[in-house]
Amino acid sequence: MTAAGNPALAITAGRPKEGGRRFSLDWLGTVPFLAYVAVFLFLPTLIIVAGAFVSADGGVTLGNFSAVTRSFVVRAALNSMLISLVTAVIGAALGAILTYAIALGSPNSVLRRMVTSACGVLAQFGGVTLAFAFLATIGPAGFVYVMLKDHGIDFYGNGYWIYDIRGLEVVYLYFQIPLMVLVFLPAVDGIKPQWREATESLGGNSWHYWRYVAGPLLFPAFLGGTLLLFANSFSAFATANALINQGGIILPQQISNYVSSETGGADAGVAQALAVLMIVIVTLVTVVYSLLQRRTSRWLQ
Amino acid sequence: MKFGKLTRHLGLAVVAVFVVAACGSSPSNSSASCSESTAKTATSASSCGGIDALVAAAKAEGKLNVIALPRDWANYGAILDGFTAKYGIQITSDNPTGSSQDEVDAVKNLKTSSRAPDVLDVGQAVALANTSLYAAYKVQTWDDILASQKDSTGLWYMDYGGYMSIGYDSSKVPAITSVDDLLKSAFHGKVALNGDPTKANAALNGVMMANLAEGGTLDDISKGVDFFHRLKQAGNLVPVQATTATVKNGTTPVVFDWDYLSAAHGTDVPTWKVFDPNNAIIGGFYNQAINKNAPHPAAARLFEEYLYSDEGQNLWLKGLARPVRMAAMQQKGTIDAAAAAKLPQVTGTPKFLSDTQATAANTYLAAHWPGI
Repeated sequence: MTAAGNPALAITAGRPKEGGRRFSLDWLGTVPFLAYVAVFLFLPTLIIVAGAFVSADGGVTLGNFSAVTRSFVVRAALNSMLISLVTAVIGAALGAILTYAIALGSPNSVLRRMVTSACGVLAQFGGVTLAFAFLATIGPAGFVYVMLKDHGIDFYGNGYWIYDIRGLEVVYLYFQIPLMVLVFLPAVDGIKPQWREATESLGGNSWHYWRYVAGPLLFPAFLGGTLLLFANSFSAFATANALINQGGIILPQQISNYVSSETGGADAGVAQALAVLMIVIVTLVTVVYSLLQRRTSRWLQ
Repeated sequence: MKFGKLTRHLGLAVVAVFVVAACGSSPSNSSASCSESTAKTATSASSCGGIDALVAAAKAEGKLNVIALPRDWANYGAILDGFTAKYGIQITSDNPTGSSQDEVDAVKNLKTSSRAPDVLDVGQAVALANTSLYAAYKVQTWDDILASQKDSTGLWYMDYGGYMSIGYDSSKVPAITSVDDLLKSAFHGKVALNGDPTKANAALNGVMMANLAEGGTLDDISKGVDFFHRLKQAGNLVPVQATTATVKNGTTPVVFDWDYLSAAHGTDVPTWKVFDPNNAIIGGFYNQAINKNAPHPAAARLFEEYLYSDEGQNLWLKGLARPVRMAAMQQKGTIDAAAAAKLPQVTGTPKFLSDTQATAANTYLAAHWPGI
């Protein structure tokens, strides 16, 4: 649409004719986004960080952070990192293989579209629903397990691993692998078939191609995806809490205990101090992720 | 803050007006009447001129504010309707699904507003933490309440509750006759708590019940933690929080929970049974308290009289909750025997955690529960 068709618009838009720098109003479009981020991300973060340094009687203190040395908090923090690391590495590896498999096919194939849209849904499928879905199927009373057991297959012969950290990792992979597909697919799509042809015409074999061309190009994207998966599982709470409710085995559960214990264990300051530590870790991981993303995108346009 | 001060001053002014009005009108009333100012500080019906005077004063107020009372919880719907039908006092029931903490917050925030709750029904921890908000009052049936179930000055008093129990699906596990039964192989991967005991009160009392059954005391919960450690070593403890859903689909066929909540699983699972170990009866009750700034002080006190009357107590009983005067009413023969027969059977003296005992248990659990 041209301004000429609308007199009102013509007046406002037609003013700066002298060639001076026109004041841009483009940033106006980002105002709703910035306002949203300010209210729902920065403000809560600020409140948490400020609260972490306030003692129960209202004074300024570093005492809240001393809780970090409590043995069960340390154990929960280590568990959180271990679970995140394991599910990030396995999720990234399996996700990368799946991504490569669908990238090899035709870009418009039904299979590819089905896999990517399924991944879009499953990557967001977590929480109590997911934990319960696993319990209802392969849990000790789940119908799949009961059916297999009736046919002589007992995958809980050595104990109910679903209630252990291992079980939690299996459940996490359910949303980690699809997430990896979503973040890794654009990078794999960026690899051009001509590069393989070029390698071959220069006498290189498959090993050379992966070692010197595709590998170095995809590695930053792969590492970035792994970090994103780490952050994703590090901050997950509801799934773990629904599956392993006893003992506060991961850090977010410890925070939840300090926030809302009705048996006298509540301590908002400690909860906020632990939250600050999590924010620091996730921020570091996210920064490294975005640096790697930038490196990847330089090559794979 | 300024605003807060202003409303407080306004509140004081309103109270002052009422006091003046009450003083002005008192000479014309008979000696048996209960004026607003008298009702506000009355610590019993007799200090308000007797129960008839209290009824008259409450009827004159004509209204009562309650909060966080779901109509389907412990039969509260019938109780509220019964009170209105009996005395013609309209009840405003605010935020029926709120928590104990919501009730206390409402008292603090609404201060002397006419919308403030008159009476509270709160859990033990919240009740003990906020005693400065209550007006002391002793109902006529005060002596029927055990000393361990009330504040000696009448600031709070237990109203209804139940005992910690082990609920189980009798179609999936053998009948349970003692806490130690749970260590047997028939219970492999089947026993759950209602929450994490470092966080949820019901779960803490579940561990305490095991503790008493294993020879521990209310002051030292370590034997209960040991028991759950052995339960976990045996592979019998399910770390999932028991809910209606997990009970229904069989993930948690054995659950430590309050008997009045556990008994409700019977509607979903007809083979559900509730077992109260006789050597370890630990009680958990809710508490009544009157807001010291109650906008309807006489109606608030009359409501307590109604709740602790035989009629009110039997209504709770019909909701599968155990009213606090139950033992006394059984002696007098005023209990609703049909409703009582539907409760899980217990014999023995119930024990209750004191505030210090609960704190000690929580401190021990915080350090030792994550390691079980």
